[in-house]
Amino acid sequence: MAGMQAVTATDIESLGHALDELREQIIASRGEDDARYIRRVIAVQRSLEVAGRTVMFASLLPPAWLAGTAMLAIAKILENMEIGHNVLHGQWDWMGDPEIHSATWEWDSASPAEQWKHSHNYVHHTYTNVIGKDRDIGYSILRISPEQRWHPVYLAQPLYNLAFAAVFEWGIAVYDAEIERTWRGEKSWHETWPQLKKSLRKAGRQAIKDYLAFPLLAGPAFIPVLLGNLTANVARNVWAHTVIFCGHFPDGAETFTQEQTEDETRGEWYLRQLLGSANIDGPPLLHLLSGNLSHQIEHHLFPDLPSNRYAEIAPRVRDLCRRFGLPYTTGSLPRQTGSVWKRILRLALPGPTPPTASRALLEPATTRLSG
Amino acid sequence: MKRVTSLTAVLLSALTTPLTPDDYIGLVRPLWSRRQLRGRVESVRPETVDAATVVIRPGRGWRGHRAGQYVRLGVGIDGVWQWRAYSLSSAPGGPDGPISITVKAGPGGRVSQYLVHRIESGTTVRLEHPQGRFVLPPATPRRLLFLTAGSGITPVMSMVRGFALRREIPDIVLIHSAPTGNDVIFGAELRRLAGRYPTLRVHEHYTRAPGGGRLTMRKLSTICPDWSERPAWACGPPGLLEAAEAHWRQAGISDQLRVERFHLGVVRGGAGGRVRFVRSGRMTTADGDTPLLVVGENTGVLMPSGCRTGICRSCLARLASGRVRDLRTGLEHGDEGDVVQTCVSAAAGDVDIDL
Repeated sequence: MAGMQAVTATDIESLGHALDELREQIIASRGEDDARYIRRVIAVQRSLEVAGRTVMFASLLPPAWLAGTAMLAIAKILENMEIGHNVLHGQWDWMGDPEIHSATWEWDSASPAEQWKHSHNYVHHTYTNVIGKDRDIGYSILRISPEQRWHPVYLAQPLYNLAFAAVFEWGIAVYDAEIERTWRGEKSWHETWPQLKKSLRKAGRQAIKDYLAFPLLAGPAFIPVLLGNLTANVARNVWAHTVIFCGHFPDGAETFTQEQTEDETRGEWYLRQLLGSANIDGPPLLHLLSGNLSHQIEHHLFPDLPSNRYAEIAPRVRDLCRRFGLPYTTGSLPRQTGSVWKRILRLALPGPTPPTASRALLEPATTRLSG
Repeated sequence: MKRVTSLTAVLLSALTTPLTPDDYIGLVRPLWSRRQLRGRVESVRPETVDAATVVIRPGRGWRGHRAGQYVRLGVGIDGVWQWRAYSLSSAPGGPDGPISITVKAGPGGRVSQYLVHRIESGTTVRLEHPQGRFVLPPATPRRLLFLTAGSGITPVMSMVRGFALRREIPDIVLIHSAPTGNDVIFGAELRRLAGRYPTLRVHEHYTRAPGGGRLTMRKLSTICPDWSERPAWACGPPGLLEAAEAHWRQAGISDQLRVERFHLGVVRGGAGGRVRFVRSGRMTTADGDTPLLVVGENTGVLMPSGCRTGICRSCLARLASGRVRDLRTGLEHGDEGDVVQTCVSAAAGDVDIDL
């Protein structure tokens, strides 16, 4: 990988070996406790959802509306973040349980699992933060890196990013169908249309459930239940958007060029994941609600290890970073969110001049890397 | 009525999408699952030092079994679901059960050790519908021969118990081989039944007794001189079954012998083998170092793929039979129905892939 001369090739190789070893240790120690963990999270999530929807039926009383909506929002957050995202990554495939498996799982989101697995597990996790390859850089609508050419439309990006947050799941559904690639002729309509149809069918079922079926079931409470479901969905969308943007877009998380990643070794792949991701500090509840994406660095190094183990992996990854003089980007939720928004606001305007490839990589960490 | 239930199902699933009503009902009633038959362990009864009977109350959807059939049983051991087939040892019965399987703990047998020594009452297990053609014909023959060894007695026990329930035992010769009398699974019950029903003759052959040794076909002919006139059912280790099949074949009456095998031939790994893509209908041979993904692609199978380095799991495929070797660790794994990463798995012997 060009531009990474500051860390020696030997260092990168040893880093790779150390991380491989860490991975093997976790895999060897997976067992009943982990299985119990995911089953418990699933049971809690489903119970919370049932409770939330039940309480909401009484939502002609405002406190019931509030309680029901809050429970449903938390249930939806758990379902998308700690359960759906991680199950679809294959983190629990080792249990051999077809009921908790990446090949069979479908989640409470507008995007069909099949399409999301392609755009996320494959495109994003393989080409993480590589400009022109990782479509998650700005989700094709935001300018998130100075390397992306400025266009007047980006002046509005602070505004439409807010809107994007509110409708995040729908945005992702459209995004997963890769419509913009079809528009540019990189993909045929022939290929896109069936995907789009699948998305629409899935999205339709999701919409009927929350905006028709449950409100109808509530009878006189039709409107409050509809609004409660809408609120829960928007809350979940904004939360997911916030957590996910904190994973790759705050200060310190780096982007890479395609040349940098040519002939990448396993160690270099690890290094790119490490430099391209950022964590969020916080209490265990934050980790749970973020689906352990607060451990974004660990997740990107080991996307298929069970999420409940990231917390124990984190200090060891941090130690390795110290040993090899590498940055480990982390900060509180308000700090990282602020940093993301600062970037979105700054890059709405033209410039700054994109640093050269090597600077892009080394800028925030030049001294540490050469040390 | 059927239309009403399916309409209810449609309406219910509109509320639970993308999950099914089962996923929620299962929180309180795990045995009601429609997607996966389940059962609850009611009790575990030791039979010999290394064998035990596990009594299971099957959940909703169980249809009952015929004597001699087996059931595939899934148990969670250290977080991982493991599936094995076991002959049902309880008398044939209806949908309510309970049913029982009787397991002998093999050395290094992960599942059998768990079932004999560790499983507890109240555990939820997963079941499949009983299957197997090692059964009695609709019209019971007047004379029968059962030839069993070790845990091979289990399917035959289901037949004998079925007869005993009806208090009508035909002319049966049951020849069973075990190391000693203490090792005979169901020994006490068989002796008691033989005492009560004169038509049931049980011959126990002890391999460790003086003059014992293996139960040979010559000994069989001495114990049961009219063996060739009896429809026979044999179940036990591969050696016994091969000898019996040869013996019946030589007599030209292969059709009189039914066998049930517990042990499949062990596949040696690393060597590759024949790879068949079941749904695509393509077949090829592969060496032990080429990922199944590449094998499939080279054969023109539409293989799902992604990172090709074992990270993204876009390439998962179901194993219809055989085992694979993880190219990363060199370790062999895989059971029928397992989902494997084709980009980092090579054939370890003959494999069938559900693609």
